[in-house]
Amino acid sequence: MLTDPGLWEVLASVPDPEIPVISVVDLGIVRSVAPDKVTITPTYTGCPASHVIERDIRDALDAAGYRHVAIETVLSPAWTTDWITPEGRAKLAAYGIAPPTKGAVHCPQCGSVQTEEISRFGSTPCKSLWRCRDCAEPFDLFKCH
Amino acid sequence: MASLPPIDLPSAATGAGAFDTPAPSEGSALFEYLLRLGDDSLILGQRLSEWCGHAPSVEVDLSLANIALDLVGQATHFLNLAGEAEGKGRDDDALAFRRDVLDFRNCWLVEQPNGDFAQTMARQLLFSTWQKLLFRSLVGSSEPTIAAVAEKAVKEVTYHQELASEWVIRLGDGTEESRRRMQEGLDWMWRFVPELFEMDDLAAFMAEKGIGVDLPAIRDEYDRQIRDVIAEATLDLPPDQRPILGGRRGHHSEHLGHLLAAMQFLPRTYPDAVW
Ligand SMILES: [Zn+2]
Repeated sequence: MLTDPGLWEVLASVPDPEIPVISVVDLGIVRSVAPDKVTITPTYTGCPASHVIERDIRDALDAAGYRHVAIETVLSPAWTTDWITPEGRAKLAAYGIAPPTKGAVHCPQCGSVQTEEISRFGSTPCKSLWRCRDCAEPFDLFKCH
Repeated sequence: MASLPPIDLPSAATGAGAFDTPAPSEGSALFEYLLRLGDDSLILGQRLSEWCGHAPSVEVDLSLANIALDLVGQATHFLNLAGEAEGKGRDDDALAFRRDVLDFRNCWLVEQPNGDFAQTMARQLLFSTWQKLLFRSLVGSSEPTIAAVAEKAVKEVTYHQELASEWVIRLGDGTEESRRRMQEGLDWMWRFVPELFEMDDLAAFMAEKGIGVDLPAIRDEYDRQIRDVIAEATLDLPPDQRPILGGRRGHHSEHLGHLLAAMQFLPRTYPDAVW
């Protein structure tokens, strides 16, 4: 696959509209970059941010002189939280959102594992609501998906 | 399970739109099949969104709104594909907002009113368990666009099923009042289950083509999963009721018309409005 480092740089500057501390590249939704086409995939089927993300990427590409580069949205293979980059995970934790994990959920405030789920669905489809039993702070967990 | 003969209205009950051609062409069959998939998701998504601001707690409110969002997302994909298969330039919005009740192809289960929270959870359990098994099979569809939507959505639907199962168990194995309501909700929704597994000519045609799913093949697994939840909830397996069929051919309960009135009012009053 031919990659243009300049294109990747532009994409890495586009924030996720719902969690602006991470970029669309951190989120793992940019699947491939070719000289004339960027391929992206939605996180959730009904994610209302999908249209906004596509528009934001379009605006960023246009502004950086990549007007000729098309954006294609594909559904398959389906996005998984495994595609969130290590940098993305670190940024989520620093922002106060526990990154997806198959093990114990650490409180992003105090690091405790004495945590419990309050609600399976949080403020957006990709997050669930948790609370820390040690520091009593509620927090979002980016759900494994 | 279904030992009683089904109630199915004669197809003459609807004038236009009913699927009654003996040898369907692949294009029109695909269109009809995609409408079934899309309309199930759309109508249940709309129903669930009626809970927004009215659910028992803010967490439940968020959960139901999120499930509704997933379902509307599925509908967007299926209805866009349906429009492409039809080839008359209709997109998801045109199919969602500018069709009349007789042209909808959803099953009866999804159009049933929310009732109380227990009834909503009964409906969700019965539907999401079915939809998960359906999508799991559709991942192997010979139609790659359908397979892609199914692959994407099956992960979300698994979550819907888990949430519904947890609530059915919590309410069933709860207080006397919650148990009574959960049992009543389940008993009411039970009659709409056989339709989910109905194989009419279109369904058989699509299964034969490798596009659709042979529904009886997922029935045993469905029954097993539902029975497990009902047992854990200490509820009784509802008795067989006369199954109601016809949604796939455009015969609906009066409830669907009211739902569409709310859903379609704005786009029909102000066609092509932008803001
Ligand atoms: Zn803490």
